Amino acid sequence: MAELVLSRVQKTYPNGFTALRGIDLRIEDGEFVVVVGPSGCGKSTLLRLIAGLETASAGEIRIGPREVTRLEPAERDIAMVFQNYALYPHMSVYDNMAYGLRNRRVARQEIDRRVRQAARILELEALLERKPRQLSGGQRQRVAMGRAIVREPAAFLFDEPLSNLDAKLRVQMRGEIKRLQRRLGTTSVYVTHDQAEAMTMGDRLVVLRDGRAEQIGTPLDVYRRPQTLFVAGFIGSPAMNFLPGTVEGGGRRVRVGESVVLPLPGAGLPGEDGRRLVVGIRPEHLAIDGTSPLVELSVELVEHLGSETLVQAWLEETLVTVSVDGAVEVAAGDILPLALDPERLHLFDPERESRLEPAS
Amino acid sequence: MVESRPLLTLFSHGVLILGAAILFLPLWVAFVASTLSAPDFNQIPMPLLPGGHFWENYTTVLTQGVKSSGGLPVGPMMLNSLIMALTIAIGKIAISLLSAYAIVYFRFPMRKLIFWIIFATLMLPVEVRILPTYKVAADLGLLNSYTGLTLPLIASATATFLFRQYFLTVPEELLEAARLDGAGPWRFFRDILLPLSRTNIAALFVILFIYGWNQYLWPLLVTTDPAYSTIVIGIQRMVTVADATPQWHLVMATAVLALLPPVVVVVLMQRLFVKGLVETEK
Repeated sequence: MAELVLSRVQKTYPNGFTALRGIDLRIEDGEFVVVVGPSGCGKSTLLRLIAGLETASAGEIRIGPREVTRLEPAERDIAMVFQNYALYPHMSVYDNMAYGLRNRRVARQEIDRRVRQAARILELEALLERKPRQLSGGQRQRVAMGRAIVREPAAFLFDEPLSNLDAKLRVQMRGEIKRLQRRLGTTSVYVTHDQAEAMTMGDRLVVLRDGRAEQIGTPLDVYRRPQTLFVAGFIGSPAMNFLPGTVEGGGRRVRVGESVVLPLPGAGLPGEDGRRLVVGIRPEHLAIDGTSPLVELSVELVEHLGSETLVQAWLEETLVTVSVDGAVEVAAGDILPLALDPERLHLFDPERESRLEPAS
Repeated sequence: MVESRPLLTLFSHGVLILGAAILFLPLWVAFVASTLSAPDFNQIPMPLLPGGHFWENYTTVLTQGVKSSGGLPVGPMMLNSLIMALTIAIGKIAISLLSAYAIVYFRFPMRKLIFWIIFATLMLPVEVRILPTYKVAADLGLLNSYTGLTLPLIASATATFLFRQYFLTVPEELLEAARLDGAGPWRFFRDILLPLSRTNIAALFVILFIYGWNQYLWPLLVTTDPAYSTIVIGIQRMVTVADATPQWHLVMATAVLALLPPVVVVVLMQRLFVKGLVETEK
């Protein structure tokens, strides 16, 4: 149990590649923080630096009251769950969980107590004598969790632990890990590229890109108020639509095409007529409205997901994704009348790629 | 094969039996010869069925040895061979495991260069470097000693290379998990790497034991004292006797005895051996 603080953490590899360009992050005691980003953004490196498997080039890492930046992994009081589980293939489930405790010279009875307790929590009691190769993917995943739990560490580190499981099991384990973390109250850092995991599991998200934290906030905060174009496009599925436009009408409207003019949210951008913008619209915020449509789109492609239907449609020159209810009948070639709540538009500066807040 | 034609099955069995028979024939002749008396052996043609002197011949070689070649009993020579083969096999495996571990898991200056130097010695078998090796062994006073018999043969580029290749296939996460579990370099080696290499070690042990057992040229050079004579050298001495005919029936009895330990090793380790060659357990 401890808070985890990263200050200006940087990592440059000997070959000159810079993986992290200065990360500041404070993780509260018991908090579940998800680090999310595309591959190559440095999220695994960040986790490995916290674990001590690699050493930071600059900056400081603290776990609780201790500075651990230069310590060996074993001295940091953390436990890690690996993507491929990294179970010792020649050891039984019991020994896999007990190994770390034996190396720390924990008393035999105490080891036994902790391993059996973890096995009970994870429903592994019947499998303690098995070898990893006799287990299914989900069971191996649980053993890897058990190995972390028995250590009773200050923090858990998860490196994409669910990416080797099939979709159904992934959803199930997602809930299990989250429940377990709540129950144990252990500070956790969870790395993933899957935004469903990020949104559902994290108390807070860190969206990482090219070794920088683009945004840090609660999942809903990140979804509702993405601070950069990148975050807006990365979080949310299907991805947000971006339309280039120009402010007009005394800052109250934005023109995104020959004939398409959208109202700006709030009081708009007063006195900024002629300014170029990027307007972001989430597919789920465009609604079919036959009576007073704001825009009309011609449908190019329809994808039925069952509960919802994704429609790719042309807004003049731009292909836009719209998410409509699965019960609605749409076919390619249709004209789709759509309305939208201007308060749900996102405005971005095209040069700085940062969010613009309308005047209130 | 997916084919199921009876004639083909018959034919392939025929070929296999013929091949097995051809391979087995010399062994059979050696065995038969070891059960004959000297006059029976010298008949032309030599009988192909065992004679009645089995106990007599084997008792002779085991207790008195062959008179004309110094009368050394086979027992001590077998023991010498066993010591030599075991020391070489275990020594080679121990040294190779450690050097492969160093090369794969530790970063030190000139690591690559050292690996390639070790690798390059593959091109220099014992026969090529035998004179300088002999000179070194002689200068170190290792002639006529077990150290001299075994030490120069222990370094092994082949085994080092095999273990290196195996270690490279062990997933990196295992090392990282062990580091997080508080295992230092020695613990990781002992608790994780050694058990994982078990089948490879068994396979190499079989190969190296036979290699050590069959050594001929090196023991011939470094040992002149019969007390250090290995069984292979013993057979050689029995055959090259001065002023007498070799006692072939006794030589053959010795040869059959010399065959047994490698057979025992192969039979005992066969299961692990095949596993080590076929399966990678990860």
